[in-house]
Amino acid sequence: MDFRISAEQELVQKMVKDFAQREVAPTIKEWDRKQEMKPEILPRMAELGILGVCIPVRYGGQGMDYLTLGLVCEELEAVDTTLRVIMSVHTGLCSLGIFQWGSEDQKQNFLTPLASGAKYGAFGLTEPGVGSDVANLTASAKLDGDEYILNGEKTWISLATKAHTVLWFARTSESAKHPHAGICAFILDIDRDGVTTGDLHGKLGVRAGSTGWINCQDVRIPVGNRLGEEGEGFKIAMSCLDNGRYTVASGATGLIRACLDASVAYAKERQAFGKAIASFQLVQQKIARMAKDYEASRLLYMQSGWLKNQGIRNTRETSIAKWFATDASFEHASEAIQVHGAYGFSDEYDVERYMRNARGAMIYEGSSEIQTLIQAGYALGLREDASLRRELPAYDAEYWLAEK
Amino acid sequence: MNIVVCVKQTPDTAATISIEEGKATWGDAPLVLNPWDEYAVEQAILTREELGGKVTALSLGPEEAREALKLALAMGCDEAILINDPLFESADTLIVSRALAAGIMKLGEVELVFFGRASVDSDSGVLGSQTARRLGWPSISWAAAISHHEGAIEVERMIDEGRQVVRSSLPAVISVVKEINEPRYPSFMGIRKASKAEIPTWSAESIGIDGSLSPAVTWPEMFAPQVKSAECEFIAGQSAQEIAEGLADRLIAEKVI
Ligand SMILES: Cc1cc2nc3c(=O)[nH]c(=O)nc-3n(C[C@H](O)[C@H](O)[C@H](O)COP(=O)(O)OP(=O)(O)OC[C@H]3O[C@@H](n4cnc5c(N)ncnc54)[C@H](O)[C@@H]3O)c2cc1C
Ligand SMILES: Cc1cc2nc3c(=O)[nH]c(=O)nc-3n(C[C@H](O)[C@H](O)[C@H](O)COP(=O)(O)OP(=O)(O)OC[C@H]3O[C@@H](n4cnc5c(N)ncnc54)[C@H](O)[C@@H]3O)c2cc1C
Repeated sequence: MDFRISAEQELVQKMVKDFAQREVAPTIKEWDRKQEMKPEILPRMAELGILGVCIPVRYGGQGMDYLTLGLVCEELEAVDTTLRVIMSVHTGLCSLGIFQWGSEDQKQNFLTPLASGAKYGAFGLTEPGVGSDVANLTASAKLDGDEYILNGEKTWISLATKAHTVLWFARTSESAKHPHAGICAFILDIDRDGVTTGDLHGKLGVRAGSTGWINCQDVRIPVGNRLGEEGEGFKIAMSCLDNGRYTVASGATGLIRACLDASVAYAKERQAFGKAIASFQLVQQKIARMAKDYEASRLLYMQSGWLKNQGIRNTRETSIAKWFATDASFEHASEAIQVHGAYGFSDEYDVERYMRNARGAMIYEGSSEIQTLIQAGYALGLREDASLRRELPAYDAEYWLAEK
Repeated sequence: MNIVVCVKQTPDTAATISIEEGKATWGDAPLVLNPWDEYAVEQAILTREELGGKVTALSLGPEEAREALKLALAMGCDEAILINDPLFESADTLIVSRALAAGIMKLGEVELVFFGRASVDSDSGVLGSQTARRLGWPSISWAAAISHHEGAIEVERMIDEGRQVVRSSLPAVISVVKEINEPRYPSFMGIRKASKAEIPTWSAESIGIDGSLSPAVTWPEMFAPQVKSAECEFIAGQSAQEIAEGLADRLIAEKVI
């Protein structure tokens, strides 16, 4: 087993780290307070190629492998979660979803501008009345000649007001045997007539990011914008989440690292009872636990990345990686505040933002409870992965790097 | 135009230095491309983009210095060469400049050589000028802007007294300050190229340096500067006058005034 990352991956990691440290870190507190996304961030991530990191060159991407996507997310979230959220919805959920399920035409038309960063992508699954219980979503799609008419509202959608292209999930059939069998996925261009969007404010965390709602009122889209078959939408959404959760897991790993680094630095400096607080075993214990969970989280997401590279289904492994890393990142962000004492309780330091940001990841892309149910299902033999009509292709450097 | 940019691998600027057994150490701090050199690499690439030609990154250093060269390649340099030889283990700047000049001569037909202002670890800031002297070329340090005119260059130097504009013929050696540009990040295409690039190693012999080299500068002893401790004292009083008198008394007592 080889745990080393390649020279190429190392250079990408460094480039992304430099970008986040130089262009985002210095002003992140300001934007977090303003509850707005710094306008330069998306165009810069596009320009640097980060948004299409693991998409084949022929579709406008950079041709790196799936593991590199994880490494990128780790570096981004070590600075701010909102950067990684962009990768989760634009790259993990939307772009890879089209890459896995789209026809050649759809890849040319919709994936290429996303991967090159000319357009931004989002993922519209959650509704005001339905979150975890995806199968019971209520947005509707009615076939009318060679068009579908979309109605319904999605909420808690990351990049709702920034994205050009949304994977939209709606019900095409009320009469399907199981509610999940009536769902269909669509590639929705947000500039169509009848689409309105807005931002949500007052969030606990990811305040320097964009989270909002998207409403469709009698929106007509061509049949050619349907992703996969009718009735395949639930499977598509779940397979997208295998990639989205991977970015959340690797990002949370970066957040744990940030907590560890901040705590180590502060503990060495802060004096109490005549010594650096790093010399107290109770403080050491917190730091040791951060180091332990950082390592475990990293190994878990690297395992998922490796499985993806091999083309092996990884729903179970990715769910564990996401569950473990996000729960751990919240715990350690809270402990990092503790190490910082009262200073940690103020936004003079970064750790309070880490905690607010970490909290969301225990809810989105499958809450910790949903991950628990998934794992119990596998362990008890109640759950099995059925093979998909289209699996995420294994990474093949030659294919990924070829121009055409 | 054949352009050379000389780069060094240094510890990250966030690293803390300590002295162990008479030697400076940065512990296991990550090694990076000397931050000042990023500006030199950027300027070399900008020059090529303007005038065409080729940029070669040249480094004298240990095997690990390949990483710094790879970053230079990823940013857009065309080629990279590592000068590495046990002979250079305790080299001072006089020896390094000799080796770099020999490397530049071996490359041949070089018209411009870029250096960073200094390296963040040893911070001598003389290597550019020394290398220029060895080559017999003009040395222009602290460059903050450069323009090109038919076989000549005009350089704005940032010096303590202000800005100074100088002209020089080519070939020339230029060291740059950070005001000159904004270094780019490596592109994915550059990264792919860099990770596949073969970086040749040149030995001392291959650049015509043999025999034993004895540095002119040695470090017989190294010690960390004493940490100065300061005490803070507040002078209280009922009025500004009283506080000022108290302050004056203290300053006189301390023989400051
Ligand atoms: C910052 C942020 C960004 C988001 N971005 C997106 C996005 O881009 N696209 C998108 O589609 N959605 C997005 N979401 C929505 C997110 O996916 C949902 O919040 C999530 O799926 C949970 O749904 P819910 O909030 O409706 O909670 P609910 O489903 O109402 O759950 C409430 C609570 O009940 C628990 N629960 C539910 N069912 C069970 C069960 N069977 N057993 C035990 N416990 C259960 C849950 O774990 C949770 O604790 C985002 C959310 C946030 C906070
Ligand atoms: C909202 C708020 C209101 C406050 N109001 C008041 C107030 O009204 N009046 C007032 O006087 N103060 C007030 N405080 C200050 C508060 O009492 C201090 O923050 C608290 O005593 C901790 O001190 P510190 O923040 O300096 O942390 P430190 O003492 O620097 O501790 C930092 C970390 O090291 C740990 N640590 C320290 N010593 C040891 C040890 N020997 N062994 C193991 N671990 C150790 C601590 O538990 C902590 O995790 C307030 C603080 C807050 C956040």
